[in-house]
Formats: sequence, structure tokens, C-alpha cells
Amino acid sequence: MLSLRNIQKSFGDHQVLRGIDLEVARGEMVCLIGASGSGKSTLLRAINLLDPVDDGEIWFDGVDIAEPGLDPQPIRQRIGLVFQSYNLFPHMSAADNVMLAPRRVKGLSKAAQRDRVAELFDRFGLGHRIDHYPDQLSGGQQQRVAIIRALAMQPDILLFDEITSALDPELVAEVLDVLRQLRGEGMTMILATHEMGFARELADKVCFLESGRILEEGTPDQIFDAPREVRTRQFLSQVL
Amino acid sequence: MTMSGEPPAMPGRRAQFEAAQRRRSMWVAGVSTTLVLVAILVLVPLAPGWEAVKKSFFNGGVFTKTFPGLLNAFLLDIAIFAWCAPLIALLGLFVAICRDIQRPALYPLRLFATVYTDVFRGLPVILVIYLVGFGVPGLGLPRPWNSPYIWGSLALILVYAAYVAEVIRSGIGSIHKSQSSAALSLGLSGADTMRYVILPQALRNVLPANMNLVVALQKDVALLSFVGPVEIFRQAGVYKSLYANFTPYVGAAVIFLAITIPMTRFADHLMNKRRKQEQ
Amino acid sequence: MKKVLTIMCASLVGSAAYAADNCAAGKTLNEGVLTIATGNPAYYPWVMDDAPESKNGFEAAVAYAIANEMGFADDAVTWVRTSFDEAIQPGEKNFDFNMQQYSITPEREEMVDFSLPYYSSAMAVLTTQSVADKVGAPTLDALKGLVWGAGASHTGASMVGEVISPENDVLLYNDNTDVTAALQANQIDAALFDLPTALYLSAVVVENGALLGQFPAERSDNPDQFGALMADGSALKPCVDEAIQALTDSGKLAEIEAEWLQAATGVPVIE
Repeated sequence: MLSLRNIQKSFGDHQVLRGIDLEVARGEMVCLIGASGSGKSTLLRAINLLDPVDDGEIWFDGVDIAEPGLDPQPIRQRIGLVFQSYNLFPHMSAADNVMLAPRRVKGLSKAAQRDRVAELFDRFGLGHRIDHYPDQLSGGQQQRVAIIRALAMQPDILLFDEITSALDPELVAEVLDVLRQLRGEGMTMILATHEMGFARELADKVCFLESGRILEEGTPDQIFDAPREVRTRQFLSQVL
Repeated sequence: MTMSGEPPAMPGRRAQFEAAQRRRSMWVAGVSTTLVLVAILVLVPLAPGWEAVKKSFFNGGVFTKTFPGLLNAFLLDIAIFAWCAPLIALLGLFVAICRDIQRPALYPLRLFATVYTDVFRGLPVILVIYLVGFGVPGLGLPRPWNSPYIWGSLALILVYAAYVAEVIRSGIGSIHKSQSSAALSLGLSGADTMRYVILPQALRNVLPANMNLVVALQKDVALLSFVGPVEIFRQAGVYKSLYANFTPYVGAAVIFLAITIPMTRFADHLMNKRRKQEQ
Repeated sequence: MKKVLTIMCASLVGSAAYAADNCAAGKTLNEGVLTIATGNPAYYPWVMDDAPESKNGFEAAVAYAIANEMGFADDAVTWVRTSFDEAIQPGEKNFDFNMQQYSITPEREEMVDFSLPYYSSAMAVLTTQSVADKVGAPTLDALKGLVWGAGASHTGASMVGEVISPENDVLLYNDNTDVTAALQANQIDAALFDLPTALYLSAVVVENGALLGQFPAERSDNPDQFGALMADGSALKPCVDEAIQALTDSGKLAEIEAEWLQAATGVPVIE
């Protein structure tokens, strides 16, 4: 469903992505691992069209969405992105955070959404927090609201950018549980993550990025138990 | 942070030390304030010109005679303020948004907004009031469209909207880029992102700064008197000529302070609240 | 003591034109010199070309007449300039007396001293020709319907309210230039000035200016009289008063008025 060909991206003189090729099938969960600065976040922002790529193609449902001049708005509605720092809108309640985009983009009134949104909050254990404001929520709760916010647009694919990195260790599990749940429901997902245990448990495919390239990709067993590349071995020995 | 369990029966060493410090600094502050007040109250009347100054600036008889008239004239200040403030807010918001427009087709708006804020922030208010208040009616507009109330107010609106626009723009700039990233990633349009995500936060952040402008506006309304309207400052001037006495100006100052000091305190209060929230 | 006498004698000898029995002796700012203040700038028809030393203009001529009457030769007169506010502020004055069309009012007299009046002014209605044509005969009723303006620090400001009580709010301005600008921009229909000022403005400043009529000095409750302004309790006041009284009695003052303010004729009286 998503196919990246030779993605290139620079910020000034610094080349961040140096020709990424990646295939993601419907219902698949792909984990991107690698050191900070290896290009994981930039790749996710590129797929969401927040940072347009310099060169290469991004085929999404038969359309090259990397085509310059394409209106990014309808594409972004189908590709959700969850950020490391949650980025909830602090002046809105959790429910309003979730309902804003469907209301403005799809024209669904708050009343029409309310039941479905309440159900989402219940499903992820936040039913009692639905009318709280972000500063009244813990980091783990905020991140779960952010995931609900992305889900509410009913995207075809969800991108997660190190969504547990800013959390206290005891809050990581509640967020990973949400991902596990989504995995069970067959959501197509790409994760940039440092949670190796989680990647190993659930991923269909793990890609090791270094200096803007996918150095090695394979099933979790291949990558974690029998990495071919020296750099992959070095990286894993540092983080495991 | 609250401590769990029973509060200790005896205050700890640190608490005792801090209490002693507090008592000491309150004592010092009290004594020094008293000294300064006594010095002013005793020394100023000893100045050789005090009697003359008292007669022409703090004349009880003139004060009583002119104060009601000044209060009445101040109603005009409040009216001018009341119709200017909302228009300033609207125009300021419009200009602030124009300055951040990215679309090439709307570039003239952006250029206009930039030139506008540069020009009107660069001019003394009184100059704009003179030029607009006398200049535009001089073009030969029929009554009532040449009223000094209209054009004087417009001058105030033009100048203050430029300041408000800059304040709002700084507020927009203070909102972290991740907020617009989050909004855009959901598929919201640029306009919706501005309207529902960026602006509400930006306006809340700059509320204290805008309150300061509100206080300044309340004072600058008096400048409209230069093109005709008899508001409190002008009325005080008339009384000054009539009685050859400056006490009416002191009366006007009292009335202004009665309004602006509470407003200033309120602005400070908002500012402190904001600062605490950010911590 | 001897030394003081010597100095006094020397100064008396030094100013030959200065009579020993002079009323002003020892009372002026600088001995033997009369310091007179006027506006900055001073203008027509009070002082011609902003040059009071020329003795041209009504107040310049009156000033020298008073000085001569007090025993000061023309070259014993020096001029300084002050603003209106400066002159009524508390504190030392830098002039013996100040002439710039100060209207004598009881309130002002609490702060400063005035001489006897050297001029009693009629108040005149300045307007434009088009308004004058519309109004026709200047009845009080016709004047009530006009939009009025005046200079804020002039007596005219309060006189408009008292004598005419117009239907619209009176608009007040900083100076004559602003009043005429408002008149020109049709923001006001008419403004009240003392007659000489009104004559000057209608002739020179206001395009299509016209004088609708005048309120003679004796018709208003508060006839506008100009006096020389002095510091409160000035010792010189009796001398100045004496001089002005003498000029009034001799008809010299009326002569000067006729010479410099003769244009005052020909403006209809309002009733």
C-alpha cells in the first residue's frame, strides 16, 4: 500500500535521507530502528508530507504523493502522524483535540462525533479523562489522547515518531498497550522506536537506519538474532 | 508540593530562620517607607515656593468648582475609548494575519500590512491625529462625515492597531512550530490551523501586553482634543485659562489615575498569572 | 551706607533721561530699564512683523506710550518673549509687564496683577462667506444653530456658551491656526474671536473669510479687556496704572487704537 523509492532529503548542506527504499503492505507493522539522527523522524515527516522530499517517489494507493505541487491536505487526512512530544492543543479539552479535525475537515458536528469519540476514549482506558485539559493529564495519558486524535480521522496508515521517548519509564507500558491493541485490529503502522523488545514482539519487519540509509532490513528474528551488518550488531549491542 | 502526614509541632530550623528574616525585612521596609514619606511631607512645604505652588496646583476651591465638569468631560473620553478599542482589536488582528500570509496572490496584502505597521508605529500619535483629523476633512467631505470625532478616532485606531498587530504577531511567533505540525498532520488547512490552533493560544499569550496598550489608549484618547472635541484634558485647559490656575489639571490627573491604576494592576496580575502557568 | 549712596548716585547720573522723582525708580527688574514681554511670535495687528522695537502695531505703540509716560526713553525699553502659560506660572518673572492680549478676569487676578485696561475689545464672529450667505441677518437664534469653535485658552471659549448657548457641542482648539483649519474644513461654522484678531484672520488667513457681526464690549456680561500682566503684588503696578490713566484721559490711547485698529469699523452689531 505504501512504497518508497530512492527518497532523498537535505536540510541545507546536510543530507538526512540518502535514497530510502521501503515497502509497507496493508496491515503490516514496520519498525524503524537506529541511532538518533539516522533519519527516522525525517522519513516519517516526509511520508506525512510535513517536510517535502527533494527527490524520489512515495507511492500511496497507486498515487505518487511526492509529486511536487500536489495538495498535501487530502493525503495527510489518510496518513496519521503521532509525535514524540504529543503536541496536544493545550487550549482544548481532550475531546475537542480529537474532534477538531473531523469537524473542520469532514464536517462532522461535535454532537455527531461524541459517541464514537467517547467509545475511543473508553477503548484506550481514558473514558474518565475525556473532558480534561492536556495539562491535567499525565504524559502517558496525553500520548494516548494524541493517538486517539490521529485515529479519529480514520487514516489508512499511522506513523509513530518515537512516541514513548519523552515518557517516564512507568508510563511507557500503557502507550505500548495501545499500539498492541491497534496491531490486533490490523492497523497499518510505521514506528520509529527505541523499544527493541516491543519491536521484536510485534513487528512484521524491522529496518535499521544509519546516516539516511536503510542499512539492513528483515524480520525481527533476522535483525535481532542474526544481523548481517557490523554496524547493526554494534548498534544492537549498545541498546540491548 | 504538600508534605504528607502531620505538620511538625515545632517549626524547623530553616522555617525559624526564614521567619526571622521576613520580620526583619518587613521592619526595614516599613521604617524606610515612613522616613521617605515624612521627608516629603515635611520638606516639600518648607520649599520657598510651596505656598505659590499650593495655590496654583492644589487649590481646594478651584478643585471643587471644576471637578464635576471634569468628570462630565471624562465621559467623552470613555465613549471614544469604547468605540475605538474593538475596532483596534479587529484591525490589529487583520493586519497581524496579513503579515504572515504566504500565498503569492495575496502578496499585496502582506506588503500593505508591513508598510502599514512600519509607518504607523514610526509616527507620534499626535501627528497622526493632526494629519488625519484635519487633513481628511479638509478634502471637502460633507457633514457629518467630516466630524473630528470620526477622523480623530480613526487616527487613534490606525496607530494603535499597528501596535496591536505587532503584539499579536509576536504571539503567533511564540507558538511552537510543533503545534502547527500537529494540526497540519491531521489534514487541517493552513487557515484552520491558524484560526483554531495558533491564534487562540497566541491571543491568550499576549493578553497582558495588549492590556498595557489598552491602558495607553485610555490616556491617548486625550490627544483627540487637539482636533476639537472637548474631553477632560481640554476641559481642564479651559478651566486653567478661566481661573489662571493649574489645579484642574491635577483634578484630571486624579480621574485618569482612578481608571488607569486599576487597569495597570490588572494587566500585571494577568502577566504574573501567565508567568506562573508557564513554569 | 556711604558706598550704597555713591552707587545710587552714579546710576542716577548714568541714565540722564531718567527723572529722580520717577515713580518707577527702584521698582523695575533692572534699574533704569523697562523690560516688556510680548508673545513669541507676536503678530499683526498687535505687533507688526514680530518686531516690537519698531513701535508699529497696537500693543507695540501702546507699550512705548506707557514707557514714555513713565519716564523711560525709547532706548530704555527692552523686549523679552514669553508664552501665555509661562507668564501665569508661579515664580519669578523675567519682565516688568507683559502685553499679549491678556483678558483681565477676576480669577486670573488672584494669581497675577493686571494694569488698568488699555483696550476693551468687542467679540466678533468669524465665519466663511458661504455660511454668512446662508445665515443672512445675524440674529441670536440663527447663531444658535451653527456649529461653534473657539481657541481653548481664549475668553471666547466660555463666552460662546454664555452668550450664544449653541445647540451643538462647542469644539475647542489649541490655537487660532487650528480654529481656522477647522473652519476651512467645514468642521465648524463659526468661531468667536476678539475683533482685531477676527479682522486679521478673515482678511489674511481664512479663504473666503467673513465677519458675521460683533458683540460690542458693553453688550456682554464679561467685556473682554486687555491689561498689562505683572507679577502678583508688583510694586510697579501703580506707576503703570497712572501712565495708562493719563494716556486714556489725554485721548492718546484712542488715537493709537484708531491708527492700528481702525479696520474694526464696518462689522454689524448683533442683536
